[in-house]
Amino acid sequence: MNLDVRVPIGGFFSLLGVLLTGYGWATLGTPGTAPAGVPIDLVWGAVLLVFGVAMLALARHARKPSNPSP
Amino acid sequence: MTTLGWVDYAVMALYFAFVLGIGAALRRYVRTSEDFFLSGRSIPAWVTGLAFISANLGAQEVIGMGASGAKYGIATSHFYWIGAIPAMVFIGLFMMPFYYGSRARSVPEYLKLRFDEKTRALNAVSFAIMTVFSSGISLYAMGKLLHLLLGWSFDLSIFVAAGVVLAYIFLGGLTSAIYNEVLQFFLIVLGFAPLVFLGLRAVGGWSGLVARLADHATGGGFAPGAYTRSWAFMGHASANPVGVEWFGLVMGLGFVLSFGYWCTDFLVVQRAMAANSMTAARRTPLIAAFPKMLFPFLVILPGMLALVVSPTSGVRAAAPAVSSTSPTSPTSGASAAGIVPPKIDPRTGAPLRDAAGRVVLDYDLATPMMLLHFFPAGLLGLGLTALLASFMSGMAGNVTAFNTVWTYDLYQSYVRPGAPDAHYLAMGRFATVAGVAISVVAAYVAASFNNIMDFLQLVFAFVNAPLFATFALGMFWKRTTGHGAFAGLVAGTLAAAVHHGLSLPAGAGVGVKGGYLGVVTTFPSELAQTFWTAIVAWSTCFVVTILVSLVTKARAPDELRGLVYGLTPKPVDTAVPWYERPVALAAVVLAVTFVLNVVFS
Repeated sequence: MNLDVRVPIGGFFSLLGVLLTGYGWATLGTPGTAPAGVPIDLVWGAVLLVFGVAMLALARHARKPSNPSP
Repeated sequence: MTTLGWVDYAVMALYFAFVLGIGAALRRYVRTSEDFFLSGRSIPAWVTGLAFISANLGAQEVIGMGASGAKYGIATSHFYWIGAIPAMVFIGLFMMPFYYGSRARSVPEYLKLRFDEKTRALNAVSFAIMTVFSSGISLYAMGKLLHLLLGWSFDLSIFVAAGVVLAYIFLGGLTSAIYNEVLQFFLIVLGFAPLVFLGLRAVGGWSGLVARLADHATGGGFAPGAYTRSWAFMGHASANPVGVEWFGLVMGLGFVLSFGYWCTDFLVVQRAMAANSMTAARRTPLIAAFPKMLFPFLVILPGMLALVVSPTSGVRAAAPAVSSTSPTSPTSGASAAGIVPPKIDPRTGAPLRDAAGRVVLDYDLATPMMLLHFFPAGLLGLGLTALLASFMSGMAGNVTAFNTVWTYDLYQSYVRPGAPDAHYLAMGRFATVAGVAISVVAAYVAASFNNIMDFLQLVFAFVNAPLFATFALGMFWKRTTGHGAFAGLVAGTLAAAVHHGLSLPAGAGVGVKGGYLGVVTTFPSELAQTFWTAIVAWSTCFVVTILVSLVTKARAPDELRGLVYGLTPKPVDTAVPWYERPVALAAVVLAVTFVLNVVFS
């Protein structure tokens, strides 16, 4: 197959990460946004962003002719 | 009722855009029927492995295992560490060489190659009916849940979800379903992981959960560890909340039901058949086993946590949905446990009570309530999208299995053989539309006659229970004949119906729960009855298949090459490094599973 599944997955989670981090940043300190004391939108948005970017990086790495996809 | 913010809708919209985008992007790669139904056997093992597990990670899994976590505690992990992993290892090591190596395009087609036409027809017809009804039941559950939680229209939810699944399978076939399943897998994992993190933080970690569940256990008449230890109380059915003893558990769940599902169900096997090599096909279930053995922490823990978190510990007031949909009911915190609301009697609007006068909890709401309780706007969108993804991946799995079995095993075999390939590709697309349409109709049937669906699921259970005996004998005993297999399957299904009809779980009334042929024996719980029904069905099928095979003519060994153990060269995996070989993966999977069983025993 010519479409690497990591590209859409990476793209989706990167955009999702940006959205959640941005929203979490904008609503920081608002009541009802920090369950158990954690500003979770901000924290988890960052996790998703890192995951998404890592997926995109893996796909890019695999596309180079010297690194065939596993 | 919870109202969503713009950010929650934005998360959902983003997800739908990517799901449809994947379908559209894959459209140009679908040229032949093999591309559409089998992804051209071109997918790497890690992708088929994650799709293998994601097709199983339907809503029954996410909602149902959360519900069981609330009902039975950590003993629910038996559905994973006993009821899945050993069978997944077995199919990867021993059965995949025949499924993949025979070049069969479906599980019923393997039965045709190994046995005969009638055995294939029996399996294909029952499987095709089962898939569309299962997907209908799952659609119905989704529509009902979204209506209850968010006040969304039942009709709209069903049509949007079904429409999206239809679009991406129609465009990209199995590859599209598989790629979306991988996306759904990560979405479900990353959507539920923060729920477990926040829940555990709110109750003081695992030790806090153990302490709080000890109170809950003693309140229910069990030993303090009954909800947090999986093996310690399995000596007797009355000592654990599951109501099952170890023998019924290991044989019924761990052997018959588990091997029957994981090793013969085309819904999961189809993912492995799409792999790009024999080694990749064998690694598919083994790779899937890694996330599978960790899923108890992702899907069971939320249910256990829901029982004991304080109703004021989250970002929203507890049980908003239930109190607002039944304004007359006194849904006070006293009748609920943690944030699990009581089940409401639809006629009176008051909480349901059991024979002993205790309030019956609506366990199916345990996980959804956790989402509403802990997730603020933004993350709530992610959690609900993950829930939607689980409904859609389960449905897509059923629909892709249906269109393949319909087109190859029924249409090509009995209606129109010998047509050009393009005709079957078009038929596959048509079957996708038809499969989704029947699912939607089934969802409405389920909405109007709930008992019909209970009855159908019962019939499916009878049909499935003996299957593994047929496959095991077919693959490992060359003397097994087509007549033997067919007679065994029919006898096993009948034996299941008779056993169920003669037994009843404690406290249940005669009817769909059993006893319709006269109550000869009672079981401490419904699960115990299910496990023993499966054991009886499997044993009957096993014995009848052997007896009939011995008195009928076996096929010549030459015809069975590639289909039966002993007549097929053993697959060699020297081309891949040792850590990618199926045997090495299997050893690691079994060792970790053993350790998990010991740690939580």
